[in-house]
Amino acid sequence: MGPLSVNELISENTNLFLAFIIGIGFGFVLEQSGFSSSRKLAGVFYGYDTVVLKVFFTAAITAMLGLLFFSLFGWIDLSMVYVNPTYLTSAIVGGIIMGAGFIMGGYCPGTSFCGASIGKLDAFVFIGGLFLGVFIFGIGYPIWDGMYLAKFLGSPKISTTLGLTDGVFAILLIMVALAMFWVAEWAEKKFPREEY
Amino acid sequence: MAKSIEIKKTKYLNPYIGGVLLGIVLLAANFVSGRGLGASGAIKSAIVTVETTIAPVSSESSGFVKEFRQSHAGNPMKTWLVFEMLGVLVGGFLSGAFAGRLKFKVEHSPKITSMKRLFLALGGGVLFGFGSQLGRGCTSGSALSGMAVLSLGGFITMMAIFGTAFALAYFFRKNWI
Repeated sequence: MGPLSVNELISENTNLFLAFIIGIGFGFVLEQSGFSSSRKLAGVFYGYDTVVLKVFFTAAITAMLGLLFFSLFGWIDLSMVYVNPTYLTSAIVGGIIMGAGFIMGGYCPGTSFCGASIGKLDAFVFIGGLFLGVFIFGIGYPIWDGMYLAKFLGSPKISTTLGLTDGVFAILLIMVALAMFWVAEWAEKKFPREEY
Repeated sequence: MAKSIEIKKTKYLNPYIGGVLLGIVLLAANFVSGRGLGASGAIKSAIVTVETTIAPVSSESSGFVKEFRQSHAGNPMKTWLVFEMLGVLVGGFLSGAFAGRLKFKVEHSPKITSMKRLFLALGGGVLFGFGSQLGRGCTSGSALSGMAVLSLGGFITMMAIFGTAFALAYFFRKNWI
């Protein structure tokens, strides 16, 4: 059955229309959770507001379990679902650069659009920076394409790499997340916060 | 007093409920399109459009545009992530409207000026934009969506993003606390 567009059960235009609808859900949930506020987002790095950690890991686990159960029920063919490829060097270096951008700018790309949608001017400026950053990557591509394409490992699953089944890995991840949520709740009590 | 506390508590959605809802949105994306959510990909589409419109001949020979073309045939703006991100703007706006949060403002710590905040937002944006291209996706496309499909690279990128931000938090503390 699923994925619908890969199995050509829906037309390309329907797929794009559903992308728009899913995007509305994405933006709505982000904003409702407070991801339109850079100070709320940055709070996770100081312990005064850990909403990012809670929403992020709950979402990843919900979607992961959803996919595993959908597969079990035969509702989705996981072999047709895109697994992000692993280029070890660029995954690490790109992540480090993004982390620096996160603590400096207070947003990530998705949340900056969310912030801009309710009028945050710092989010508009951050988006301007995003365009500039992507443009710089594009014009200088020959300089860093070696690093971009280095250490290609295919599209391995972390469960396979660790020698676990998907289900066992899922249970471990849930336990790690619960431990982090416990620390997060403790940190929010310990570090003072203000509402903004 | 009691009333104001109650308002503060109900200001935002419970984060665990928000997380489950976001997870369902991500699951829906995978069920419909066979791929997760994303954000930086839409910006790449826009940049490719601008480059190929302004300098059609020279840009098509650039490695960046070629790499994009391999996975996206046709009009670069007619892609899943572009439509999804247009939806994000609508969804965020609707949520802000319902919650009474629509307001033009620069959000920053009282310890810094608006100008400094905007300057840092620009710098952060440039770094994030660049890093998202190198890392083949941002927090949404690489970290969150990658983790949901158990991608090794997704977990590595997630740890690199959050690890670096934690490591640098001390140096940027005045901007936030």
